[in-house]
Amino acid sequence: MKSLTKFMDSFGAILLAIIWIAPLLFAFWAATHSTSDAVNLKLFSPWTFENFRVAWNGAPWLKYFMNTFMLVTVILIGQFILTTLAGFAFAQLQFPGKDYVFILVLMQLFILPEVLIVENYAMISRLGLFDTILGVGMPYMASAFGIFLMRQAFKGVPIELHEAARIEGCGLLGILWRVYVPLAKPTYLAYALVSVSTHWNNFLWPLIVTNSPETRPLTVGLSIFGAPENGVDISIISAATLMSIAPLLIAFLIFQRQFVQAFLRAGIK
Amino acid sequence: MKLFSTTGLGLATAMAVGLTAPASAETELTMYYPIAVGGALTEVVDGIVADFEAANPDIKVNAIYSGNYDDTRVRALSALASGEPAQLAVMFSIDAYDLIEQELIIPFEDVATSDADKAWLSSFYPALMANSLIEGKTWGIPFQRSTIVAYYNKDLFRAAGLDPEAPPTTWDEMIEMGKALTQGDTYGLMIPSTGYPYWMFQALAIQNGKEVMSGDGLTTHFDDPSVVETLEFWKSLSTEHGIMPTGTVEWGTLRQAFLEGQTAMMWHSTGNLTAVKNGASFDFGVAELPANVRKGSPTGGGNFYLFKETSDEERAAALKLMQFMTSPEQAAAWSIGTGYMGVSPASYETEALEAYTAEFPPALVARNQLENAVAEFSTFETARVRDGLNNAIQSALTGAKEPADALAEAQAAAVRLLSDYQ
Amino acid sequence: MPAHANLERRRQAIYGWILLSPAAVLLTLFAFYPSIATLWSSLFSRGTRRNPTEFVGTENYAELFADPTFWLVVKNNLLYAGVTIPVSIFIALSMALWANSKISARGFVRTAYFTPTVLPMIAAANLWLFFYTPGLGVLDQIGSLFGLPSVNWLGQPETALWAIIIVTIWKEAGFFMIFYLAALQTIPEDLKEAADIEGASRWTYTRRIVLPLLMPTTLFIAVNAMINSVKLIDHLFILTKGGPSDASKLILYYIWEMAFAFFDAPSAAAMTIMVIAVLGIVAAVQFFYLDKRTHYQ
Repeated sequence: MKSLTKFMDSFGAILLAIIWIAPLLFAFWAATHSTSDAVNLKLFSPWTFENFRVAWNGAPWLKYFMNTFMLVTVILIGQFILTTLAGFAFAQLQFPGKDYVFILVLMQLFILPEVLIVENYAMISRLGLFDTILGVGMPYMASAFGIFLMRQAFKGVPIELHEAARIEGCGLLGILWRVYVPLAKPTYLAYALVSVSTHWNNFLWPLIVTNSPETRPLTVGLSIFGAPENGVDISIISAATLMSIAPLLIAFLIFQRQFVQAFLRAGIK
Repeated sequence: MKLFSTTGLGLATAMAVGLTAPASAETELTMYYPIAVGGALTEVVDGIVADFEAANPDIKVNAIYSGNYDDTRVRALSALASGEPAQLAVMFSIDAYDLIEQELIIPFEDVATSDADKAWLSSFYPALMANSLIEGKTWGIPFQRSTIVAYYNKDLFRAAGLDPEAPPTTWDEMIEMGKALTQGDTYGLMIPSTGYPYWMFQALAIQNGKEVMSGDGLTTHFDDPSVVETLEFWKSLSTEHGIMPTGTVEWGTLRQAFLEGQTAMMWHSTGNLTAVKNGASFDFGVAELPANVRKGSPTGGGNFYLFKETSDEERAAALKLMQFMTSPEQAAAWSIGTGYMGVSPASYETEALEAYTAEFPPALVARNQLENAVAEFSTFETARVRDGLNNAIQSALTGAKEPADALAEAQAAAVRLLSDYQ
Repeated sequence: MPAHANLERRRQAIYGWILLSPAAVLLTLFAFYPSIATLWSSLFSRGTRRNPTEFVGTENYAELFADPTFWLVVKNNLLYAGVTIPVSIFIALSMALWANSKISARGFVRTAYFTPTVLPMIAAANLWLFFYTPGLGVLDQIGSLFGLPSVNWLGQPETALWAIIIVTIWKEAGFFMIFYLAALQTIPEDLKEAADIEGASRWTYTRRIVLPLLMPTTLFIAVNAMINSVKLIDHLFILTKGGPSDASKLILYYIWEMAFAFFDAPSAAAMTIMVIAVLGIVAAVQFFYLDKRTHYQ
């Protein structure tokens, strides 16, 4: 009886897994076969990498990739700095109005930059940051989620360590840097993975703010590539799609454990 | 418009100051353009730009590929609204009214002042200028223009016992031949009703004798009896005659469907010509659209527009660039590479196009159709009015609404939207 | 001594504010000021060549309420939320329970479930485009093997929104699974052992012990999913553009279209305010409930 349930469990789980991975498999299939073969699902038709070649030449993917890389790095650095400072302030310092500000930070959780798209776009223009990577990243740097996370992490640091460092003569920033930051390393790592995957895949805001290939990230590049006036070519689009998701996907497959742990950790908080 | 007026005005002033201050030897132009065929044509554009820069060392051009027409319009206007300089763009021929309304472009009469310039302005096919002539001035210069053409599979014609050199020339012939061609999994005809349904509908309407909008962009005729009749005809192709699939036909994958033999005839832009030529494993032909009361097709495609917030040097430079890119030789090269039409009669007299069309006659069909071509659908508030028409077409074809009701609704909405402008 | 304490307190306050200032500045620039500016802009009319912009109060809102497209979009979004939230939670829970149990190929299964999460929505849309293409697409091809007719999934008002919903569920379930996995791993082993000793069936154990313990996680996920049901619209750009006949149009897409395609910023602003209001209520409910829960534990 137990083995039957176990079998049914495995069966159900694997069936769902196959269904879940199917779109990716089909895209891979389409990308490595000619369009005609792909749409006719001719199983044993010849493999070809022509689609990848055409797709590669069709857009400056390398530039897009660099832009995306720069973007997530800039955002991450900004987030690290801001959330560390703010998280520490909320965790360990007392000051008037602290609770009110905390509620305001909370509100940012749902006032997403995408929802306020028109005004944020105007704001970025006013700051002269239109069509720049910084302009894409700025609204995300003061991440409420990140502030929460760091606050939790810092709260868990034993007060004795804080006191010990103060007695040794460290200023507040010194204590922060020497005591709290190293202890929160796992949280930083987790947060980094979540942030990178989120912003690597972000679309609507970069669509509005970037205007030229010099700043365009992969997601926007892919959407432009896949929307020509006169029709879509499934194989070429699949090839382009696979190329653009390959970096993150490969990173994920290699560092699976860490990715999952990161999201787990972020979730617990 | 808060978005453009406050920020745009302020930044435009700053920009104007910034532009006049440093006296650089080079004029820099930023041009946004859409690629209609997807992919490698950015290289072709880069090549043309390089040639131009070589011939004009004091002008530098940033040609920025921005996606499809809608993307390009959004990009160009975003750039302007943010104070980023852009001097010209290739945008939809039908965006003209909105661009004028937003005070973003200038008419070419303001810059094309020399005799040579004026000759250039009148060197284009008149039918292609129809969308640009508003309030007595020229606001757009044709660059990548098209009409709808009927592609047909000659092999399937032969198999159905029809003469492959005699595609249908009237609606009745189209239905008759369509029925002979519809067998098994293959349909006789597919007219796309997603993507740009209004464009296809315009063709049918003009073939039935009626234009769906007035020439001044202020009135629409959606509920005119012949227009309603047209929509009913379109619907009957699937429901009554069975030569077309029911529901909507997908624009994006139609070319592939044709190449796969899922339909014997398809209506599509001549811009698809090169792609069809390269991808067809069968003998195919291209024909002008059939007539009912008369022959006809709307034009389509993109025009050059010159933005208002530009200095005199930039305008002169931009004009030079446009003249270069629409010169007969360049127009010929562009036409051969894409399937879009040569925009001037002179382009068809170049060696390159003469040779190409002699060897590949389908390339002339769109040009020949210009005789009976009309302007593409364009009014003030064009996006929203057009949306209403698109929805009406799709509702009728999917059976959600009756053609008469759907079009009446679209007309009522259009009247409401246009009332402010009358 | 009190003087010293006061000085200390003042110093802390100053430090606190200094540390907060970068975050505060950015939050003001990109969250608070724009919210207020949006509200302000929604009270003005749209300026054109003929009619410059002027204060019209709540007229934009009234026009929106009279616009059938607006209500259609709201209905679409409610349906979208109403289906994606429970279904993806249910699937996520099943995935987590499976991934946490002793089935074969557990690693593969967990990877397969989580993979869609690391893909951008745009890429997901492209992948599913191949599935949804009428006649040539995978779904129709498989259907034709069983003699089913070709369905124009994206081209029919009846199926377009469902096609969008499926892509969202596919993308989200794996992400939510992780939260459930985290929670499942905090459930002490001895609870299971106790249940076994009592002779309780697995189903009873799951229903009576695991599910209630997962309630806070479920709530957290539900709120996340609710925010996502507003945010996740990227695939519309590739798959349907809101059509046919606005059958799959969602509110954030409509806001984008209104502002950037129709050049009607005030109407877009009015809609944005309404969306923020709804999201705010949801967030308030979450905070209130979640707060209660944490206190409870």
